[in-house]
Amino acid sequence: MYSFEPDEEQRMLIEAVERYATNDLRVAAHDADEEGELPAGLIEKGWELGVLQASIPEAYGGFGERSVVSGVLAAEAMGWGDLASAMAVMLPATYAIPILVGGTEEQKTRLLPPVIEAEWKPYVAAFIEPSFDFYPGEMQTKAKKNGDIYLLNGEKACVPFADKAESMLVYAGLDGQTQAFVVPTGVEGLTVGEREKLMGIGALPMYRVKFEDLEIPIESRLGGEDGCDFNPILASAQVAIAGLAVGVSKAALDYVLPYAKEREVWGVPIAQKQSIAFMLAEMATEIEAIRLLIWEAAWMLDAGKDVTKEAYLALTGASDMAMMVTDQAVQVLGGHGYIREHPVELWMRNGRGIPTLTGLAMV
Amino acid sequence: MISFEMPESIRKTTVLMETIAENMMRPVARYFDEHEHEIPWDYINFMHEAMKQMGVSSIAAKNVKKKKEGPRLGNQRQAFMLEILSWGDSGLFLCTPGGGLGAAAVQAAGSPEQKERFLSCHTGEKPTFDAMALTEPHAGSAMPAEVRTTAVRDGDQWVLNGEKIFVTAGHKALVDSDGFVVIWATIDPSAGRAGVRPFVVEAGTPGCSVTKLEHKLGIRASDTVSILLQDCRVPFENLMGSPEVVKDKKKGFKGAMATFDATRPLVAAMAVGVARAALESVKQMLEERGVEVQYGLPRNRLTNIEREIIDMETMLRSTWLLVLKSVWMLDERKPNTIEASMAKVRAGDVVVKITQRATELMGPVGYSREHLLEKWFRDAKINDLYEGTGQINRLIVARRILDYTRHELS
Repeated sequence: MYSFEPDEEQRMLIEAVERYATNDLRVAAHDADEEGELPAGLIEKGWELGVLQASIPEAYGGFGERSVVSGVLAAEAMGWGDLASAMAVMLPATYAIPILVGGTEEQKTRLLPPVIEAEWKPYVAAFIEPSFDFYPGEMQTKAKKNGDIYLLNGEKACVPFADKAESMLVYAGLDGQTQAFVVPTGVEGLTVGEREKLMGIGALPMYRVKFEDLEIPIESRLGGEDGCDFNPILASAQVAIAGLAVGVSKAALDYVLPYAKEREVWGVPIAQKQSIAFMLAEMATEIEAIRLLIWEAAWMLDAGKDVTKEAYLALTGASDMAMMVTDQAVQVLGGHGYIREHPVELWMRNGRGIPTLTGLAMV
Repeated sequence: MISFEMPESIRKTTVLMETIAENMMRPVARYFDEHEHEIPWDYINFMHEAMKQMGVSSIAAKNVKKKKEGPRLGNQRQAFMLEILSWGDSGLFLCTPGGGLGAAAVQAAGSPEQKERFLSCHTGEKPTFDAMALTEPHAGSAMPAEVRTTAVRDGDQWVLNGEKIFVTAGHKALVDSDGFVVIWATIDPSAGRAGVRPFVVEAGTPGCSVTKLEHKLGIRASDTVSILLQDCRVPFENLMGSPEVVKDKKKGFKGAMATFDATRPLVAAMAVGVARAALESVKQMLEERGVEVQYGLPRNRLTNIEREIIDMETMLRSTWLLVLKSVWMLDERKPNTIEASMAKVRAGDVVVKITQRATELMGPVGYSREHLLEKWFRDAKINDLYEGTGQINRLIVARRILDYTRHELS
C-alpha cells in the first residue's frame, strides 16, 4: 500500500519540532550567523525534543526504534528553522546512529547510553576532508593495521565542536574500504586546528582536525575486528542532509510567497505577474517532487533495502532543488534579497552547502 | 504511515501490462507512426478481449465493478497501467478502447445513472471509444471559461451548436465505433464559466460530424479531430450536472475541475512512460557499448554521460512519485488539484527534457528513424500541451499557493 501521509506519532513529532523551529531557531538564526555563535540554551532546548533519543532502543538508553522516515521528517522541520542550529542539535546523531547501525552489541551497550541518557554533549563525527574531489568512498585519511592497533593518519575538515568534543567518530580508508573508528579526544596524535571559516552555516563552530600516527585499539573500530558496512551509514547521511535541504528550501518559499503578494510593481503585487508566479510554482513543484524522492529512499532504508543508488539520487535531487529554490528566492526579492536584513541570502549560502556538507547530519 | 510498498494487486497488473507493452505495442510502434491514421485493430481487439477477460475496462471499470472491501486503488492502478502502456507506445495507447478522457469526465461529473448508461457501451461485444471535446478554434487554455458552443433547451432535449477542435480519439469514438464524446457547451453565454456544462453526445447522433483529421508531430497512431455540431439534439438527461445556472461560480464549474484533477495525473503518468522508454533505451545502448554508470561519485568525478543519466533518473523518479501521490490522493478522496497540476507541470517538462537529451546523446542513432528515440522525442511534446499546457498548470499551482483567484492571477 502506498501512503504519503505521516502517521499520528510522526505528526506529533513534526509539530513539536516545527514549534521549536519557529519560536527558537528562526528567531536566533540571523544573529547567530553574524556572530558565529549559537545563543546559550538553544541547543539544549532542541535536544530535549528527544528526536535522537526516540530513535534509540531502550537497551541502549533511548525510548524507541529508529525510523529513517521520522528522522527525515524531523530534519525537514528543523532545517526550516535554521540549518546551522539544526545541525548542532542533531550533532550527537552523527556519532550515535552509525554506532547503532554498524556497531557490535558491546559497542552499542558501552557507547550509546552516555550519549543518549545525558544532556546534549558534543559527540561528533569527522567525515569531510579538505580536498575539492573529496569522495566518501575513498577517504584520504587512512587507517593501517599495526599489530594489535590501528594507526590513523590524515586530515579532516568541518568537524563541529571538535575543540570541545567528548568523543569523535572518525572515518578513514582501510584496505580500500571506508571504515569508522571511535576516537577519544585530547589524546596524542590528534590536533584540533583553527576554526573553519565557511560561506554559510556560520553559527556552527567547525574545525580542521589532524591525525598523526594516532593509535586506536582494535575494539574501537566500528563493528569490531570485521568492521562495518559503510553503505547504510552513508545513505543515512545522504537522506538526512537531503531532508534538511527540503527544510531550507521550504523556508525560502514560505518567506517569498507573502513577500511577492505585498511588494508592488506598477501598482500591482509582483505575485500577480506570471514571471514571478511561474517561478513560485516551479519552486513549490520542485520541493514536492524531490521531497518524495527522499521519503522513498528513507522508507527503503527502514525496510532494510540497499539504497546506495536511491539515497545518492535523493541527495543529487535535493542539492539541485536547494540551489534552485534558494537562488530563486533571492531573485524574487530582487536587490533586497542581496541585503543581509532578509534571510534569503543566508538560505542561498546554506543551500549551496547541501552537497558539500554530507556527513554533518544522520537520521 | 508513509509507505512506498506496491500493493500486490497492482504488481500483478503491471506484469500483465508489461507483457502487452513489449509484445503488442513495441513491435508495431514504428509502423503506425509511419502510417498515420491507419487504425491498429489488432491491438484494439486484443485489448478489448483482454479487458473483458480481466473484468476491467480501463476507466469504466471503476464504476462497473462495485465497491469492494479494502483500500481504493483504482486511480493508482490506472496510473501504473498508463505509464507502462505509454512506455510501450503512447500513440497506440491512445487507441486503447473502453474508456478514455470522455469516460473520465463521466466518472467525475456524471450521476450514478449516467455512469451506468454511458459507460456500459464499453462492456459490449465490440470495442468502443470515447473522447472529450473542450478546445475550440478561438481558445484552448482559456477553457472552459470561454466556451462558445451553445446548448439550448428545447422541451426534453438540448440543441447543441458549435465547433470543437483537437479532440483525441474523436474519430474512433464517433465514426469507427459506437462510442461517445463529451462536449462542453454553455447553457447561458451571459454567465461565463458558471454556465458551462459537459454533455454526452453518442455516436450516430444527427447534427454531430467529424470534419477534420489532423496531421501531427507525434502520437500519429492516435486520431485528433475537429467536431462540428449543427442543431445536434441530445436527450435532456445527457447533460451532466445541474441544468440551473447558479450565481455561485464554483458550483457550475465543479464538474470541469473535478475532471482535470483526475485526468492530469494520468496524462502525467503517460508522460513518465515515454520518458522512461527513452532513458532505458539510452542506458541499454550505453551498456551494450560497455559504458557503465557509477552511482555515488561527486559531480566532479562524473563523466558527462554519467551526469546526464543520473540527472535524468533523478528527474524521472521524483516526477513519478509526484504522479503517484496525486492519484493516491484521488483514491483517498483528498483534494488534489495542486498535486495534479504539479505532476502535470513536471511530467511535461521532464519528458520533453529527457527525450531531447536522449536523442542528442545518441547522436546519429538518436536522430535516425531506424530507432524509436526520435519518435519518443516527437511523441513527448504533446504531454506538455494537452490536458492543460505547462503554463496553464503553472498558473493553477501559483494561484493555489498564493491563494489567488483567476482574476487576481491570469
